[in-house]
Amino acid sequence: MSSTSHAYRRNTLWNAALVHRLSGIGLAIFLPIHFLALGLALSGAAKLEGFLRLTQMPVVTAAETILIFLLVVHFLGGLRLLALENGPWFSGQRRVALVAIGVAAVVALIFLVRLL
Amino acid sequence: MDESHSSIDVSIWRGDANGGFQSYRVPSRSDQTVLDVVTWVQRNVDPTLSYRFACRVGMCGSCAMTVNGRPRWTCRTHVKSVFQESKLEIAPLSNMPVIKDLASDMRVFFEKWTRARGSFAPNRSRTKAVEEIRPDTPARRFADEAIECINCGVCYAACDTVRWNEDYLGPAALNRAWALMNDVRDTAGRERLEAVSAKGGCHSCHSHQSCQAHCPQTLNPTRSIAGLKGLSLQAYLRGEIKP
Amino acid sequence: MLLVPMILVHLAVIFYATSQNLTADAILSRTRGSVTWGLFYGIFVLLAAIHASIGVRNILQEWGRLRDRTAGQLAVLFGVLLLVLGLRAVAAVVMP
Repeated sequence: MSSTSHAYRRNTLWNAALVHRLSGIGLAIFLPIHFLALGLALSGAAKLEGFLRLTQMPVVTAAETILIFLLVVHFLGGLRLLALENGPWFSGQRRVALVAIGVAAVVALIFLVRLL
Repeated sequence: MDESHSSIDVSIWRGDANGGFQSYRVPSRSDQTVLDVVTWVQRNVDPTLSYRFACRVGMCGSCAMTVNGRPRWTCRTHVKSVFQESKLEIAPLSNMPVIKDLASDMRVFFEKWTRARGSFAPNRSRTKAVEEIRPDTPARRFADEAIECINCGVCYAACDTVRWNEDYLGPAALNRAWALMNDVRDTAGRERLEAVSAKGGCHSCHSHQSCQAHCPQTLNPTRSIAGLKGLSLQAYLRGEIKP
Repeated sequence: MLLVPMILVHLAVIFYATSQNLTADAILSRTRGSVTWGLFYGIFVLLAAIHASIGVRNILQEWGRLRDRTAGQLAVLFGVLLLVLGLRAVAAVVMP
């Protein structure tokens, strides 16, 4: 309808749900590739070694960092939903959602720094 | 007051789903509500403007509309609290067909209420004495927290699961079902659990919590739906309902 | 809910493997013939495949606007693909 027609989505928890869904899609796309790469070991360690050397390229390292972020953010977001739907109700969910995203970013950053 | 503050420009949705926004200049008043603005346009500019209201004091749930992109009860929404970037845009509630102008067709909303078995099934007739219920029991507390719904449809319009899944019963109907599940006088618990566990029921909810964020009565349908998910799972594990 | 501890272990493994900068030989020498790792990652793959296919079905229905049957079939297909590829990968890494 207009630029304001989705204004109701401008809130932290809606965006947390969006991050959860997008990270899920990202992981779902990554998983088959991950499995195919590991499957290289079927034809010997040398094949896998060749692939692992590839991961030292900066662009692959960057992709790995993003994947770590996706995994941790999806994991923590899922934990929040599990707690919310199965435990007693807790307030301050916006903060919990923001902390989850922050922690995921920090973990991914630590991963990156250690590789550099 | 200087001239620029003595009137406001308002965009109001006209026509059906294929309609568009039309601009109106409305005199500015202190403590004016969005409903006051719509009423002024209807009485002074265009008597064919269609909209719905009844009580004007936040009890009947008739006047909900989309105000600057968010569903709100217009009779209790002050213009000054939503007037952003000197813009006021009023549209019919979303997630429902538009009948005309600001009136949405709420039939499906209420049909889902029925589908979720939102009606009370009493355990005694009027000839029996009134049952005593202690207000401090956990079940009654849950029920009390969920009963103040005024059926305005704001949560339903704010819910993206409703938007993406037309079978989904929606926050209001499921919240009602949860209230009745916790009413010890009600006898239709098993049938209701079956109804809300079916396709489009409580398990479709993604806990976005937009319903809770927008409910004018500050109810928490997400918590009610989470409660239903728990009851549904327990009943399934006990073999009382089938998937 | 079983996925929760498994993901934590998996993250620990990622950080361990990358910090040691393990070569393929080094990794495979640790995993080959290990029943524990085989079982752990076998179950992890199974749970991940179930979880991912449910999520994919929801997304296909809600964002893809596919009919329920079509979305369900595609999701099952995706789940089976993940399971087969995943178990193949586990086998590749742990089979002696």
